[in-house]
Amino acid sequence: MKRALLSVLAVLAFGAARLLPEAALQQEQRAAGLRQGQLDLAMRQRLGQLAFVAALSGFRAIVADGFYIHAQSAWERVDWAGLKLNLDVVTALQPRCVLFWEMASWHMAYNASVAALENRAQPREALRIRSAREFIRTGEEFLLDGIASNPESARLYDLLGMLYSHKLGDHCKAAWAYFRAAERPRAPMYVQRFAAYELAQCPGHEREAYEILRTLYLKGDQERLPTLLKWLHRMQQKLSIPDAERVYNPAPQNPVR
Amino acid sequence: MSAPPPASQHQLFSPARVWALASNTLLELIRLKVFYFLLLFGLLIIGSSAFVGKFTFQEQFQVLKDVALGAMSIFTWLLAVLSTALLLPKDIEERTLYTILAKPVPRFEYLLGKLLGVLTLLLIATSLMSFLFVGVLYFREQSAIAGLGQMPPDEQVAAIQAIRAATFTTSLVPGILFIYLKAALCASFTLLLSTFASTTIFTIMVSVVVYLIGHVQSLARDYWLQDATAGPMTKIFLALVSLVFPDLQLFNVVDDIAAGAAVPLAIAVKTGALGVLYTAVYFLVGYFLFQQKEL
Repeated sequence: MKRALLSVLAVLAFGAARLLPEAALQQEQRAAGLRQGQLDLAMRQRLGQLAFVAALSGFRAIVADGFYIHAQSAWERVDWAGLKLNLDVVTALQPRCVLFWEMASWHMAYNASVAALENRAQPREALRIRSAREFIRTGEEFLLDGIASNPESARLYDLLGMLYSHKLGDHCKAAWAYFRAAERPRAPMYVQRFAAYELAQCPGHEREAYEILRTLYLKGDQERLPTLLKWLHRMQQKLSIPDAERVYNPAPQNPVR
Repeated sequence: MSAPPPASQHQLFSPARVWALASNTLLELIRLKVFYFLLLFGLLIIGSSAFVGKFTFQEQFQVLKDVALGAMSIFTWLLAVLSTALLLPKDIEERTLYTILAKPVPRFEYLLGKLLGVLTLLLIATSLMSFLFVGVLYFREQSAIAGLGQMPPDEQVAAIQAIRAATFTTSLVPGILFIYLKAALCASFTLLLSTFASTTIFTIMVSVVVYLIGHVQSLARDYWLQDATAGPMTKIFLALVSLVFPDLQLFNVVDDIAAGAAVPLAIAVKTGALGVLYTAVYFLVGYFLFQQKEL
């Protein structure tokens, strides 16, 4: 009996000794972007008891995969509300998975928005457009939330830039997003160029865009792609850059006969 | 016939004796055909592709990593708990324990040998599962690269880089190490339980409960330390949960690793050291109880 009591005391003493170091390690892990999954009462409601226990017991990723497969089924059934609900769960469980944010945003901003725009059940075009806009905004929110969880991800900023440019026509925001992408580690080479193209379409920023396009052009042949040449030429003309200062002078095109 | 060595030559602690006990424990467990679970593991990670046939290769890799690391976590834990829970009752039932302890083998060595046997089994199982996982992942990676088809060289390089980034990351190594450490901790705790438990079922049930509570222990600790509004009874309950149960969530970063998160070296070392400390402390408490146990 005495030994049992001493053993209990030893376990309690060990518990007391590890309490603060463990709390500190937990903070360190969270600061490093680990253990970010949201497992609270709201998630308990969404997951159901069994999946919640599984997620709590160290199988968060598998539970998230299960819901992702459900989301895929919802997409195939063209059930946009079901798709969004499942994607909300997936991204809340695995916020560090860039792929899930990317796919969630793509489903909402591209698939769902186009489906809403072409929804024949809704005769009023204004409502169809409004519905499509709402889905695009949902896609944008997924990307912004994904960036908050993965601030180092160049991919999410890249996609955000594409969404602002292609879906919302906001070139200033698109340029901002592409510039953020370019600052991230392992950013693809094209994002700097894309940032310049978008900036060239952002009113009042033509001079900045021209300087960036010029710098890129001077880097060499690998940057002198047709789109870059097109925008550089446009900016040179728009800003009335003197011929002597122009780095790029396209050959005159043959006159149309 | 050689004379027995004089008592003065008997070592109080002999690594050779411990290893003899550990290897014997390992052999006993292998004879129980515990490695058959590898077939199930293999089927699981290969079969997981059946659910994700329509997915992109990044999605397929993600699901494969999640399923494989999750299955490794389940199997190592099950192996740790079930094999450890069986050890002492089996030795008592078969009278092997009495034969061993009748010889000049200290109880400390006996218990340490048993634990090391289980830890070696877990190491072999984790290694085999890792090889299987890496093999399947490599095969999938090569299939995806082969399926790229004709494209400009710079695009092909970028595509191959994207495929490789979605498969192997250096963080998988600490992830697998943490899975092993968590299983080792559970084995040590189960051994502690089996030193005083009367039945194997009791040991297994309590181990499962400890595993589940261990994953929410950090919530109890946070409430206990930070929530000033909790009543005194709640505080006592939270304190007991925080002090008695291990914080298994600290070893549960494999979900984030599968998602592509990196584990800084300092955190990996601290978490690893904590796992070793837990295993050692639970073993020592178990030995303390086993030392005077009436057999």
